Amino acid sequence: MPVEVKGEQDVRSFVRTLVKEQGSEKAELIPILHQINHEMGYISDEAIQELSERMQIPASHIFSVATFYRMLSTEPRGRHVIQFCESAPCHVAGGRQVWQSLQKELGLTNGETSADEKWTLITTSCLGVCGIGPVVIVDHDIYGNVTPDQVPTLLKNYD
Amino acid sequence: MAYFRSHVLISIDPVCVQKGAYDLIRAFQDELVKQGLIDEIEVLETARIGNPETEGPDLIVYPEGVHYTNITVKDVPYLVEEQFLKGRVAEQFVQETKQTLDEEFSAPRAKEVRVILKNIGEIDPLNIEDYIARDGYMALGKVLTEMTPEETIQVVLDSGLRGRGGAGFPTGLKWKFIRAAEGEPKYMICNADEGDPGAFANRRVLEGDPHSVIEGMIIGAYAAGSSQGYIYCRAEYPIAVQTLKVAIEQARSLGLLGENILGTGFSFDLEVRMGAGAFVCGEETALMASIEGKRGEPRPRPPFPAQKGLWQKPSNINNVETYSNVPQIILNGAAWFASLGYEKSKGTKTFSMAGDVKNTGLIEVPFGITLREIIYDVGGGIKEDKAFKAVQTGGPMGGCLPEKYLDLPMDYEALGKAGSILGSGGLVVMDEDTCMVDIARFFMEFTQDESCGKCTPCRVGTRRILEILTRICDGKGRPDDIDTLRYLCEEINENSLCGLGKGAPNPVKSTLEHFLDEYEAHIYEKRCPAKVCKSLIRFEIIDGDCTGCTLCARNCPVQAISGERRQTHVIDPDICIKCGICEQLCPYDAIEIV
Repeated sequence: MPVEVKGEQDVRSFVRTLVKEQGSEKAELIPILHQINHEMGYISDEAIQELSERMQIPASHIFSVATFYRMLSTEPRGRHVIQFCESAPCHVAGGRQVWQSLQKELGLTNGETSADEKWTLITTSCLGVCGIGPVVIVDHDIYGNVTPDQVPTLLKNYD
Repeated sequence: MAYFRSHVLISIDPVCVQKGAYDLIRAFQDELVKQGLIDEIEVLETARIGNPETEGPDLIVYPEGVHYTNITVKDVPYLVEEQFLKGRVAEQFVQETKQTLDEEFSAPRAKEVRVILKNIGEIDPLNIEDYIARDGYMALGKVLTEMTPEETIQVVLDSGLRGRGGAGFPTGLKWKFIRAAEGEPKYMICNADEGDPGAFANRRVLEGDPHSVIEGMIIGAYAAGSSQGYIYCRAEYPIAVQTLKVAIEQARSLGLLGENILGTGFSFDLEVRMGAGAFVCGEETALMASIEGKRGEPRPRPPFPAQKGLWQKPSNINNVETYSNVPQIILNGAAWFASLGYEKSKGTKTFSMAGDVKNTGLIEVPFGITLREIIYDVGGGIKEDKAFKAVQTGGPMGGCLPEKYLDLPMDYEALGKAGSILGSGGLVVMDEDTCMVDIARFFMEFTQDESCGKCTPCRVGTRRILEILTRICDGKGRPDDIDTLRYLCEEINENSLCGLGKGAPNPVKSTLEHFLDEYEAHIYEKRCPAKVCKSLIRFEIIDGDCTGCTLCARNCPVQAISGERRQTHVIDPDICIKCGICEQLCPYDAIEIV
């Protein structure tokens, strides 16, 4: 997900368009948050405020929803998001060594973003491609049967 | 239906997509236009065909049934020329003959019976006509024109169909409750939030045969008296969400969804809702909260969803696989369905096999089959012919069963009695090299992380268990830890609201019961029998076996290995980080774990 950084006015008008398109029913909150997260890389304070005004939902409620779900982020993320599948089938297939290798190579732990804003490292729940575990996803690219020593080469594909 | 002399089915399994399956589709279309064949040959997307990792991107050409593997864009002109202009098979791309393909599709692997998976890989999920050509929506027609809602419920009741999401509640009974409930509108919900690690049956059904689920839901809606439905699909399955949206649109355009379905006056419409990455949303009350735009936290039952569900209205929630069974029950009759399966568990069940078994992947078998048959006959046995140690059934809240349960018939009751669950049909097979304490710790890490935090026993209790297990794996276990673990397991199970909390202790409880010796070895002897827990193992070089080739010393990331050429090397235990690289590399197997 290459992130497009937007100014505050852009964010607010983007949110307004979304609410206009999808409606301000409360059930639309999560789909709208998804789209904001997708376009901006994360859900900023401005986005939450604007959403609160447009949908007539308290900002605290929106914040509580945005922080509840793993795929929504209220913190800015790096240019490339690395997701590591932490579930059992990947674990028994040697996932732990891959996870250690990822952390070592990036100098990051779970949930952290690198200082140069290039990488964000997070874990993900099962992606349902367990036949090829351990699985690592960079942005939208899926890598299967990853071994610890493949990690540095894998990361070199991104700039 | 337009007529094509040939169809090219290209797999859009996520791995194939990553390897350029969509570029391949475009290349095929361009080449077919160039050769003037676009009106004769159709290019379609399909679910996984072979093993995408070693064979993808791959495709099948029908009617010949030729499976081409590892196809890249530059191979397309040659392939089109050979296959479609000259009518010959391009042999160099074929790795499997038609015969082995037939085993994969029409004649499933030994002991498999395919009811739910019968269309997968054989039809174009994005074309409703393919589904209709295989008797799709015939069951719906029959129900709407020949049967009353009560009769429909009775057939489902008689078939013995039970919820495939794991709880195993009789589906017909659920429908009866919502039909009788007061309040309008009534909602029909499909739980496609398949979050159990290692379970991917629902993904395959949604991506490969979405209309079977949609048809099942419409039939259910007619039986329940519902006019609106939702499919709640996890966001980790983007292809499934997209496929569903296309399928719903097509069903609507043919009058199978929406107002006045098939001109019978019955109306029902369907929407897809996406999760956002929260395991607990697979729990029905949490799922409904999430559809309403709230945090996905479970709430106490009663009131049950059939009385007060989504937006406080009567609601019915079934799993993807449950709905998918319904059209076939209607078409083939309750007696047919009840003839498959075992005692109180009727029909077939899909299992997602993973871990240390030779053939991983999705299988569909009748209830009553034993674990041994699944692992050895369908799964081909343990990888590298190692010894079997345990199998965890039913996802992260399931128990780990040792060898003595291998002849257990797979059904809801038998697994429950053995201290595990059928759950969503996940099967994680573990070989002799697995440390059961480490596995228990691993599952606890998952449930601890996924606990929504509402009930204290689950929120705090799972955390405490995790701390204790981590301590034990680090060699700092205390004598009273086993008793504390047992106590916590009991408390968490009794005092949590939803299935997540109630099931969270299962992996610990079952490993404590069947593999207590491993816990004791960790705690009292500071020893990990499977040689997995790093704090409890040491790497040593065997004196007589080391030839002094220096390979290990050169590859050690922390320079912990020293020694002269052609002399036995030594590992410094104070520097060694136990990464195991030396052991993997040594050509003489001269490094052992003690």
